[in-house]
Amino acid sequence: MKFLDYSVIIKNWPFLMLGLRETLRISSLAVTMGFCIGSFVALARLSRSHMLKLLSGAYIEFIRGTPLLVQLFILYYGLPQLGINLDRRAAAAIGLSINSGAYVAEIVRAGIQSIDKGQMEAARSLGMSGTMAMIYVILPQAFRRVIPPLVNELIMLIKDSSLLSVIALTELMRAGEHIRTRTYKDFEIFTFIALVYFVITYTLSKILGYLERRLQVSD
Amino acid sequence: MIKVKNLHKSFDQLKVLRGMTTSIGKGEVVVIIGASGSGKSTFLRCLNLLEIPQKGEIFVDGIDICAPGVNLNLVRQNTGMVFQHFNLFPHKTALENISLAPLKVKKMAPQEAKKLALTQLERVGLRDKENAYPRHLSGGQQQRVAIARALAMQPKVMLFDEPTSALDPEMIKEVLNVMKQMARDGMTMVVVSHEMGFAREAADRVIFLDEGVIVEEGPPEQVFFHPQLPRTKEFLSQIL
Repeated sequence: MKFLDYSVIIKNWPFLMLGLRETLRISSLAVTMGFCIGSFVALARLSRSHMLKLLSGAYIEFIRGTPLLVQLFILYYGLPQLGINLDRRAAAAIGLSINSGAYVAEIVRAGIQSIDKGQMEAARSLGMSGTMAMIYVILPQAFRRVIPPLVNELIMLIKDSSLLSVIALTELMRAGEHIRTRTYKDFEIFTFIALVYFVITYTLSKILGYLERRLQVSD
Repeated sequence: MIKVKNLHKSFDQLKVLRGMTTSIGKGEVVVIIGASGSGKSTFLRCLNLLEIPQKGEIFVDGIDICAPGVNLNLVRQNTGMVFQHFNLFPHKTALENISLAPLKVKKMAPQEAKKLALTQLERVGLRDKENAYPRHLSGGQQQRVAIARALAMQPKVMLFDEPTSALDPEMIKEVLNVMKQMARDGMTMVVVSHEMGFAREAADRVIFLDEGVIVEEGPPEQVFFHPQLPRTKEFLSQIL
């Protein structure tokens, strides 16, 4: 076994941290956007309008049924042919948000449908409009209930952001690849990167798990 | 207060209400009895349009609530409803459950809404439970909060859909007592319930519903103890 040299990490620390910053920045943006897209798509899917149902259903099925990698290629390498040029960061953010939105939509839809229909009836019987009942009664309960699957989705998204390296966005994974081509220390670099991903996702899962318990107390 | 003419409601092929006609006066307390599937709950739910009838007319306080273009949300503000399973909002405290609709629907000022909610809690004897979440309340307490929640909208009519059916026996009384007090205060009430004690003490009239029509009605003593029709006798013999 050859000698492992982890000093390569120390030497390239600032560069790796730049990559990490990009990963965190793009992931948090995509999580926020994905959550908003997902919530609206879930409402569209449950609406009475056939058009909205059809469109939201098609969106969910298409996104879930095709690889994120292919979606990113279409956005970044395909769209310029139609005269739409997205810079890498925009393509990354849009691609990841749209992708996550489809999964979030299904999670939120399931959450809304899991709320007893007596809740909607009670709200309506007090004179609330359907929208009001949704905002003040149904959604707060639904979101609480779907925290675990949403955390799961968040963790998936952070890991999936490593795919953004293929559209030349220098996030954590691509930063590692850069260093690797100069140093050939593949094992050291990628084990370190794996560790960084793990620390992020594990910390998040612990923090959100704590938040979830806190919310349940007041439920 | 309520006038119902030839009310029809069916779910797909199933005809639940087949031409109900009745009227309920201001301050009157009416108890509706009948076998399961006889249309009691459906009738009640039509009165605040949780179910939309296919045919017939319903007037509440002089307003034809089935007329096209009628404001559903406004109609429902006039008719408070209490459900079998309470349907309190589990993510809100007792106080918030009561003040939510006055705040959001009536756009009441927060201080005013809180005061109103406390008054209603007082009325159902739960002044000390303002900060309790529903899951920390007993069934009877939850139902009393639910009554307070409906009352906070200052409805003209209160509808009760089997309000004590989901309660343990020892909790039924506390809920019925609150309802009796409301009856004494002059509230117009329509109650679907087989609680005979409540009917005898508080009801002005008992309506026996069978297969979607009113079969027999009259003062509680008469309907319970001297029913005229064999169908009523048969039903009463099953629940007594």
